[in-house]
Amino acid sequence: MESLSNKRKVLEVKPLTLLERAYLPVIVGGLATTMKHFFKKPVTISYPEEKREFSENFRGMHSLKRDENGKERCTACGLCALSCPAEAITMTAAERQKGEEHLYREEKYAAVYEINMLRCIFCGLCEEACPKEAIYLDGDIVPADYLRKDFIYGKDKLVEAPLNQ
Amino acid sequence: METADLIFRIVLIVVIFAISLVVAMYSTYAERKVAAFFQDRVGPNRAGPWGILQPLADGGKMFLKEEIIPTNATGFLFIVGPSLAILTACIGSAVIPWGSAIQIGGRTFDLQVTDINVGVLYIFGVVSLGVYGIMIGGWASNNKYSLLGAIRAASQNISYEISMGLSIIALLMLTGTLSLKEIAEQQHGFHWNVWRQPLGFILFLVCAFAETNRSPFDLPECETELVGGYHTEYSSMKLGFYLFAEYINMFISSAVMATLYWGGYNYPFMDDMAVWFSPNTAAIVGVVILFGKIFFSIFFFMWVRWTIPRFRYDQLMDLGWKILIPLAIANIVLTGVGSTLLTHFGY
Repeated sequence: MESLSNKRKVLEVKPLTLLERAYLPVIVGGLATTMKHFFKKPVTISYPEEKREFSENFRGMHSLKRDENGKERCTACGLCALSCPAEAITMTAAERQKGEEHLYREEKYAAVYEINMLRCIFCGLCEEACPKEAIYLDGDIVPADYLRKDFIYGKDKLVEAPLNQ
Repeated sequence: METADLIFRIVLIVVIFAISLVVAMYSTYAERKVAAFFQDRVGPNRAGPWGILQPLADGGKMFLKEEIIPTNATGFLFIVGPSLAILTACIGSAVIPWGSAIQIGGRTFDLQVTDINVGVLYIFGVVSLGVYGIMIGGWASNNKYSLLGAIRAASQNISYEISMGLSIIALLMLTGTLSLKEIAEQQHGFHWNVWRQPLGFILFLVCAFAETNRSPFDLPECETELVGGYHTEYSSMKLGFYLFAEYINMFISSAVMATLYWGGYNYPFMDDMAVWFSPNTAAIVGVVILFGKIFFSIFFFMWVRWTIPRFRYDQLMDLGWKILIPLAIANIVLTGVGSTLLTHFGY
């Protein structure tokens, strides 16, 4: 049949030549190839000690940001939880009390903020949805753990470290 | 036999036994390391510096694993299998000359456990016994994969023993003796047998790969077809014995190859060494050089394993019966005609 795409390639199986059938010359060629690799530098990155360089827009573990005065930006609007396709985010809102102005920027804040790292697909839709620029996926790879419950990260792990006093 | 001689022999036996076990142990480490280097990786490097404690960790793991004997297996034979495999692997080293004689306190001691005048034959006997360990283990497992692996091992060993024996015959025509000690002594200096028997050496090498069940002839344990081959049902240290036996076999066959073809403990300028330093120094350097040859040979086994793929079973049989055996016979004829003509013309 005429080929329509013009990409057809007819392959011919040629019988082995005597040299190829004698195995040994070909094997010596193979040994030379592997010997070349023997002296090559390993491509291994020994993970915990050495880390692969990530691209700039790598999406890792989430962090809840603080503003320039060290107040938490998050106002618990719930847009991130709404946008999350994996339904990994939950939160409980609370009202800011008198004397807590230095902790939270707005009158409403997230008393509980939890991300289930086993559900999270690191799509980054939460950071796109956030109107307060409070959440970013700028962290490291989420570390391994033994129990499922330990993968539900609360505010203790997510909120950015306070500014230097 | 005098007491001093007896004590020396016993010490030598213990030392050689220990050395072959340690070499086998570190061959498992070397195998993984060499494989890694051939594949641009770093290999085991966590247990101790550069991972040199890895074999100990592996051994500890093997001992602590659960011991499973399948319900339908033949209990007694199931245990005999790996025991026989490791036993036959260990006793092969008895006839190998590890060095020329050394003098301690005016006495001369041979660095060889026993010099029997049929050394080559003894090695062959032990090597062909080795397949019984695999055969019995595969049979006793009562598992189809194990049985297939065992059958493959048996038929492969039988096929390749023939051409191995034939390739040795050509060598024996030149040496005129079966004693490994005399064969080693004949290769004094640089008169190594491999220069006189290059084809015989290549045949022997290929057969040695097949006899030790190493890649490209590792069909008895080829995991893509037979799960684990003859040791599918084995666990714990019994599996460890099978794996260990393979590495000891590799060590012994490397030693035999070095003794038969690569001059054993002989090296160029060994007489000068004895004059410059002392005969004992020359002998010890010889032992070191023999081990160098053995280690290179083991490295070569690994090099080949990580280079070429496994043979198909019919290709294996074709190679054994249709290529190696005719070549070995031709080698005998060539050697016979050649040596007759050379003697006739007075060389």
